[in-house]
Amino acid sequence: MNTPVLQIKNLGIDFGGLTAVNNLNMEIHEHEIVGLIGPNGAGKTTVFNMLTKVYDPSRGHIYLNGQDIARLDTVAVNKAGIARTFQNIRLFHNLSVMDNVKAGMNNQFTYSIADMLFHTRKRRSNEDMIEEEALKLLKIFHLDESKDTMAGSLPYGAQRKLEIARALASEPKLLLLDEPAAGMNPQETEELMETIRFVRDSFDICILLIEHDMNLVMNICERIYVLNYGMLLAKGNPEEIRNNDKVIKAYLGD
Amino acid sequence: MKKKFKDLLHHKYRSRTISFALIIGAYVIIEILMHSIRLSRLFTGMLVPCCCYIILALSLNLVVGFSGELSLGHAGFMAIGAFTAIIVSGLSTKMIPDTTIRLVLSILSGSVLSGIMGLLISVPVLKLSGDYLAIVTLAFGQIIKSLITNIYLGFDSDGIQFSFVTNELNLEQGKMLLSGPMGATDTAKISNFSSGILLIVLTLYIIYSLIDSKYGRAIMAARDDRIAAESIGINILRSKTLAFVVSAILAGAAGALYALNYSTLQPAKFDFNTSILALVYVVFGGLGNINGTILATTVLYILPELLRSLQDYRMLIYAIVLIIVMQLGSSVRLKRYIEQIKNRFTKKGVTQ
Ligand SMILES: Nc1ncnc2c1ncn2[C@@H]1O[C@H](COP(=O)(O)OP(=O)(O)O)[C@@H](O)[C@H]1O
Ligand SMILES: [Mg+2]
Repeated sequence: MNTPVLQIKNLGIDFGGLTAVNNLNMEIHEHEIVGLIGPNGAGKTTVFNMLTKVYDPSRGHIYLNGQDIARLDTVAVNKAGIARTFQNIRLFHNLSVMDNVKAGMNNQFTYSIADMLFHTRKRRSNEDMIEEEALKLLKIFHLDESKDTMAGSLPYGAQRKLEIARALASEPKLLLLDEPAAGMNPQETEELMETIRFVRDSFDICILLIEHDMNLVMNICERIYVLNYGMLLAKGNPEEIRNNDKVIKAYLGD
Repeated sequence: MKKKFKDLLHHKYRSRTISFALIIGAYVIIEILMHSIRLSRLFTGMLVPCCCYIILALSLNLVVGFSGELSLGHAGFMAIGAFTAIIVSGLSTKMIPDTTIRLVLSILSGSVLSGIMGLLISVPVLKLSGDYLAIVTLAFGQIIKSLITNIYLGFDSDGIQFSFVTNELNLEQGKMLLSGPMGATDTAKISNFSSGILLIVLTLYIIYSLIDSKYGRAIMAARDDRIAAESIGINILRSKTLAFVVSAILAGAAGALYALNYSTLQPAKFDFNTSILALVYVVFGGLGNINGTILATTVLYILPELLRSLQDYRMLIYAIVLIIVMQLGSSVRLKRYIEQIKNRFTKKGVTQ
């Protein structure tokens, strides 16, 4: 089998005396949609924060396409191919929907400060191209009609979608979604599942998602990791997870 | 052609169109008035300084409004621009008799030096943020002022003479350019209203070019949410440095224009009050609001000058406004604080 896109080995982090995540091993392969589930406070978001270097892990290794990302910071991790969304939405509230996505494409612009100042053809063609790309992305999420709206004044569900669009705009190989369906109504969630699959296929990326909506998780995830008190409780395909006694006891309930 | 005109009024460009229309309109009206009815000395004397303050406020708005960082030392950049321009203009008087060329050269040198200073201090300073940044920039402004207050510089046929201690330079029929706390005396007044307007137009051009570009989006993204910006690969330090340096360049230009409008200028002119004054203009005009800044500066600069009786209350008003600035001016940070406190109460982690 070829190298996994993401490989986590014995990952752990302490906050003071609290061990939030410990001894975590995970793998994500190309084209996979993988779920990360578990009760509140299990450490799921903390895993995302370690993957994106918002937090520095206390122990363990993270390999992205075989490369150890220990020495990279958040910006470099994104350039290396990881993009994410946030559990409590973090949009650029005072920028338009369009500019939020364009900000995500910031590293794909090649024009210089001189091009910027003198409005050269390079600046114009760059900006035109990016505008077109951004619009395509917005269309996928049905946000193109509100491209000039301030991101902060979008309805909740649309904000979640815009965050995904912005993350995708940075051309990741691995997309991390932190509770993408939180606050969405059933119909929006249904639509979101379609979109996530579509995005995976058309951008040819892999996706790791945290979600409490079991319908969504069981439907679109090919494999699932279950976290409890910072430790891996179980892993397997949806069928295996659904029937795992430990998981049922700790999380899924009756 | 018709489409071009429509473009000007498109919501994306409306602010820009209004800005240029405002400035050029004001220029035309004032020029006509100056040539038809005789405007009072008091009024015409305010024109160039008003242009300078507009440029200063616009430059500060780049840092405070667009980049979301509080600077309390912008008078320092203005001072660097001002006294550099005085020295350059003084030294090149014989070499360059043409006042227009000399003016351009002086403003250019003032803004370049100010920009270099901005770059030098931005590297350590922008690693700090929030209140620390405010304190360091405040100190920077004071240091620059004190430094210039102690410089004695003159030149004669033998060359430039310079001292940090004494007024007693051995000049043989030379000319003092800077005399310590007395500052510059006997400077050639070579700036005028037209050059002020031109410099505002150039400032607007630079600011609009910046904020509509990928650089501007990065600056504003970093302001709105630092962590989210980093998560999509935006280098926060680089973005904030760019905003700060461009701002320093423009503030330096404002200082240079200002200095060359007076025959005497003391370093004390560029003290803390001037930094705060600029901040007041920006806050009244609206953070990140370019046209608001232009209007607020014009009104707030001209009104107190016209109503001198209100002078006594000016500092009182500034004090109150400063408090408001501290609370609202950094509203992005304020929101972040509130969010943090909320998170602490709801026992959610910091970065969810
Ligand atoms: N910055 C932090 N400082 C201290 N504790 C933290 C921090 N971030 C997360 N935690 C703790 O780590 C644990 C896991 O949190 P989190 O990853 O947010 O859980 P989940 O996303 O699974 O609900 C919680 O007990 C939380 O309080
Ligand atoms: Mg979480």
